[in-house]
Amino acid sequence: MAKIWVDDKWYEVNPDQSLLQACLGLGFDLPYFCWHPALGSVGACRQCAVKQFKDENDTQGRLVMACMTPVAEGTRISIKDPDAVAFRAGVIEGLMMNHPHDCPVCDEGGQCHLQDMTVMTGHNYRRYRFKKRTFRNQYLGPLLNHEMNRCIQCYRCVRYYQDYVGGDDLQAFVLRNTVFFGRQEDGVLKSEFAGNLDEICPTGVFTDKTVKAHYTRKWDLQMAPSVCVHCGVGCSTSAGERYGTLRRIVNRYNGEVNGYFLCDRGRFGYEFVNSEQRVRQAFSRQDGRLKPLPKEKAVEQLRDILKGNDRVIGIGSPRASLESNFALRSLVGPDRFFNGMSDETSRLVSLMAEILLQGPARSPSLREIEQSDAVLVLGEDVNNVAPRIALALRQSVRQQPMEMTDKMKIPRWLDFAVREAIQDQRGPLFIATPAATRLDDIATATYRAAPDDIARLGFAVAHALDYEAPVVPDLSSEVSALAEQIAQALKNAKRPLVVAGPSLNSEAVVHAAANVARALSKDGKAARLSFTMPEVNSLGLALLGGGNLSAAFKAVEEGEADTVFVLENDLYRRAPASAVDKLMQAVRHLIVLDHLMTPTASKAEYVFPSGTFAESDGTFVNNEGRAQRFFQVYVPKEDIQESWRWLIEIMKAAGHPVAASWNVLDDLVSATAAAAPVLAGITEAAPSAKFRIVGRKIPREPLRYTGRTAMHAHINVSEPKPPDDPDSPLAFSMEGYPGQPPSSLIPFFWSPGWNSIQSVNKFQSEINGPLRGGDPGVRLIEPPQVSNWLYFSAPQKAFEVRPDEWLLVPLYHVFGSEELSAQAPAIAQLAPGPYVALSVTDAARLQVNDGAQVEVKLNGNVQRLPVMVQQGLPTGVAGLPMGVVPLEGAGLPLWVRLSRS
Amino acid sequence: MEKVLTKDIPPDGSALDIKAYERAGGYQGVRKALKMTPDEVIEVVKQSNLRGRGGAGFPTGLKWSFVPRGKDAPHPKYLCANADEMEPGTFKDRLLMESTPHQLIEGMICAAYAIEADVAYIFLRGEYILSAERLRKALAEAHANNYLGKNILGSGYNLEMHLHLSGGRYMCGEETGLLNALEGKRANPRTKPPFPQVSGLFGKPTIVQNVETLCNVHHIINNGPEWFKSLSRSADGGTKLYGASGKVKRPGLWELPMGTTIREILEEHAGGMREGLRFRGLLPGGASTDFLVEEHLDVKMDFTEVQKAGSRMGTGTMIVMDDRTCPVGFVKNLEHFFAQESCGWCTPCWSGLSWAEKMLTAIEAGEGQEEDLERLAYICRFCAPGNTFCALAPGAVEPLQSALKYFREDFERHIREKQCPWR
Repeated sequence: MAKIWVDDKWYEVNPDQSLLQACLGLGFDLPYFCWHPALGSVGACRQCAVKQFKDENDTQGRLVMACMTPVAEGTRISIKDPDAVAFRAGVIEGLMMNHPHDCPVCDEGGQCHLQDMTVMTGHNYRRYRFKKRTFRNQYLGPLLNHEMNRCIQCYRCVRYYQDYVGGDDLQAFVLRNTVFFGRQEDGVLKSEFAGNLDEICPTGVFTDKTVKAHYTRKWDLQMAPSVCVHCGVGCSTSAGERYGTLRRIVNRYNGEVNGYFLCDRGRFGYEFVNSEQRVRQAFSRQDGRLKPLPKEKAVEQLRDILKGNDRVIGIGSPRASLESNFALRSLVGPDRFFNGMSDETSRLVSLMAEILLQGPARSPSLREIEQSDAVLVLGEDVNNVAPRIALALRQSVRQQPMEMTDKMKIPRWLDFAVREAIQDQRGPLFIATPAATRLDDIATATYRAAPDDIARLGFAVAHALDYEAPVVPDLSSEVSALAEQIAQALKNAKRPLVVAGPSLNSEAVVHAAANVARALSKDGKAARLSFTMPEVNSLGLALLGGGNLSAAFKAVEEGEADTVFVLENDLYRRAPASAVDKLMQAVRHLIVLDHLMTPTASKAEYVFPSGTFAESDGTFVNNEGRAQRFFQVYVPKEDIQESWRWLIEIMKAAGHPVAASWNVLDDLVSATAAAAPVLAGITEAAPSAKFRIVGRKIPREPLRYTGRTAMHAHINVSEPKPPDDPDSPLAFSMEGYPGQPPSSLIPFFWSPGWNSIQSVNKFQSEINGPLRGGDPGVRLIEPPQVSNWLYFSAPQKAFEVRPDEWLLVPLYHVFGSEELSAQAPAIAQLAPGPYVALSVTDAARLQVNDGAQVEVKLNGNVQRLPVMVQQGLPTGVAGLPMGVVPLEGAGLPLWVRLSRS
Repeated sequence: MEKVLTKDIPPDGSALDIKAYERAGGYQGVRKALKMTPDEVIEVVKQSNLRGRGGAGFPTGLKWSFVPRGKDAPHPKYLCANADEMEPGTFKDRLLMESTPHQLIEGMICAAYAIEADVAYIFLRGEYILSAERLRKALAEAHANNYLGKNILGSGYNLEMHLHLSGGRYMCGEETGLLNALEGKRANPRTKPPFPQVSGLFGKPTIVQNVETLCNVHHIINNGPEWFKSLSRSADGGTKLYGASGKVKRPGLWELPMGTTIREILEEHAGGMREGLRFRGLLPGGASTDFLVEEHLDVKMDFTEVQKAGSRMGTGTMIVMDDRTCPVGFVKNLEHFFAQESCGWCTPCWSGLSWAEKMLTAIEAGEGQEEDLERLAYICRFCAPGNTFCALAPGAVEPLQSALKYFREDFERHIREKQCPWR
């Protein structure tokens, strides 16, 4: 710690920070623009000026920029010094000279860092009487809007986009007061993290274009702490609603998970909540067609179906909450509950869960991933299956080079100096995947291979680390050498990391990853093993348990079950259409609870309207093993409610004794926590509904929320009582405790004078550190003290090219492969069309070019698909985009014949 | 007086080729330096009191001593000649490069040897096409004669030297802006620390030095530091290329002892003002220096004395203003240049200089407001050193703040009379 003097007192602060971070952490309102906690200091805007004094006798002092000044023992500054105050107002005056009078029509208004800093410095009158410079705006895609006149040249956008994300199609052009941030020509921004520009930009240059379709001021939104449902990383989000529609998703700072950033799938994939395909009432099949019926009737009829019925099974879902899955499990009984993942995925997710539970490697948080100093990625195209992890991996390759700049005494927050000294040096990152990835540009080495060969590489690395790990026979000299190189890099690191997952449907790859992590742990290393998970609650569901889908189908087929509940799941995405159709034929009663009228739901006898994440409370367990609670944002219209609430109602109607005492979320959370020892911690994911601060609930609405009395006046001129929320300590109101609640309950970030997202500073005790009281979520899986593990055995045979067949492997797309986000129009626009990927040699072998049609037979169906020639794809391997090409439930990898059409 | 830098300049405007240069004593400095140790070379330069002639005047030997040397030093190390002469009113480096390109090369080899550099770049202003042509030829000659490349003159010292043409912009002449430009980045400056000696070009130890400064190095090695100090009339060693432009009888460049007075340069060498014109003021070191007026004519042109008089020697090339030139227009022209050349990084520079230019344009056109002079003075304070990221804006406001001090009446007349009284 170091002592610094600010205005009239001494303070103790962390000496590894800049003075600006120290002052902000102490709660001082010091304005800034170009500094960002994740990007460090560059000293461009000059906004954070303070007066620095040599000692107590120095009465003159000189202006310095707090962001560029190190914290040293005895540093003396004044924030209130009149020269500093005047200078800071002068900087705003400089920015305002060219800034348009857009506030009333600017999306940023009400959450604008420039507005906040302008008010903070006290600048008001404009002395500049000349013309303002203007720009032509660019089309940047369906996700972000571009309005360059508002730019204050803080350079945050290009620093984030180029330096942090590694993108190259957003640049600074021109100079002086006419710097233009944009692309060389109009076009969709290539990076899947471009959406964060909305929050990085302190003004309204880059704003969320999807919000424009239903624009709402931040102060007018009703918001709740939520979790992104579009992949297994489970980033914390803040979701906002008004007039019954979901308006936007923004990042919710979680120091252990997503930090300051989301990916574009998570930020823009929310429109499925507002989709016309939403199921909003209960439906039953009457005269062969699904027709709405009153919910009481629906529940009654279900009661009758269930009466004396012991042939009921339930199929859960990895995209449904733990509580909903548990409620279904309770309704049907644990031995009649099936987890609803495809067979292959179910097997792999359970295997990965087992490996993490057994130890000894630790499942790292995203922050720990960022701090890893050597990484091996086996099989996962991280940018597309767990995008936020890819962004963390990009930062991880700076770890080892920063040890060098530490020795040069360059503070880590002095961003450009660190980057200049590092140049192109990078820590070790090895990527083994069938196709090219967007992390390849920073990889030490890449290995393009079929799944079995990727596994063999992993096993070889483990053997190179520890001779007791299984040998891989017949390894080529190149792969042996690569394995040796990787092993050395991991061995020499302090915090090595292995990343793998179920994406290639390969048990061998998962085994290999485990072997590597275990071999490293034997060395005494703090080895980390991160498994990606396909969906938001895949790991949670695996920890809860449940049989696989084939067993469910078999039960129906063999007459053991004739009533099937399907929870938030489209079975046609999980199994071959023929198998699902067979189930549909054989089943007597099919009851589906879901948000959208999926192909499965449209064939059901009963459909119940499930609340989405925005309309429900519940718990998800992410790929780290972190249980996180998400909260209802608003009370949905019509009959929509949580799946678990439907199931409780049905159970109560059917006289199920267990459900008698279940009424609110807490009841179910406790019951779920008791279902398995590993789930016990989920009760700590958030305070119970009884939690109050000085007797008050936490308001979902900002103090300035408008229209409350007028909103329902067309229905009834008397303002209705705000809805009760028995499930959480949050209130559907602006009334409640105005201060900082526990981090899992923060619905939005705001602080007096800080209307923008920069207000996050006020919620941290140290900038860029945890939220006060700890970051949201509870880790459920820690490596045990004693771990009795064994090495998995290696696949014996290498991949062999076949003369007339190709091994079809799954390829993933951040836009298009995930079920729910693909329903958002902007995401759908960016998703690729169907294709089959072929290597250059294979395309030549088949005598096809890019775009030519080939025929692929999948599960008896012939599909004609255009070819996409991909450099680097191994010979004999073809790729199919998941979620884009109808797979008919075929399990990839699969050997297929391909022929030119 | 003894000329050093200009003694062998061919009077016909041609360049000395390598043979002529060697006949005149060229490359003896390199031979001598290679027999010394790098530390010895630095010591000699330190003792000579050679100060940088690019404008900042930092002691050269001291600057080099911060470069890490010895077997643990990072490599490659770089020497960059700042040949981006873009300070308005400055044309001294151009003369040296066009007429004695080998003098620059020899100086660079000695300097590179002193800091154990592996690669040297001449960062040349792109518009200096004649210099480019002649430097290219000279570099080829130097390579062919084993003064560059591997094992120079059998000493075991290797040095690559390249000519790089700048894509343009004044900011490339700023030491760290030059480094960024050379790396292919936008020519924004960097903060110091870390200094280029520690993390410079491509993050490696680098020295950036002005052309005129480098041209002195081998002379110091040949003749010793005492000789160099003896050439000067002040504490700063050596001679200086002084220049004068504006409506003087003989605008030009003269190599004179460091510390020659302004009066001597202006009246003896430049011949005084043209017929019918009187001296009003001058910018002693190029556009980004404060005006000096009649009372300062006996100030010695060296780094210290000019500073005491309230200005800077800068590059030593004076821009002279006569009594029939409108000071408002004069300053507006300069601020137009600086506003145009602002790199756009820090707020006071990119916002303030443009505002100043607009006000000066309005004042010149008779559309000035009374408050404009207060606003212009405010901009000068706003752009003070430390308030901005680099020295461009503080330099840019020097002619403006001094014009407001010495020629305020002219500004006021424009505003009161709603027109330029000089028309």
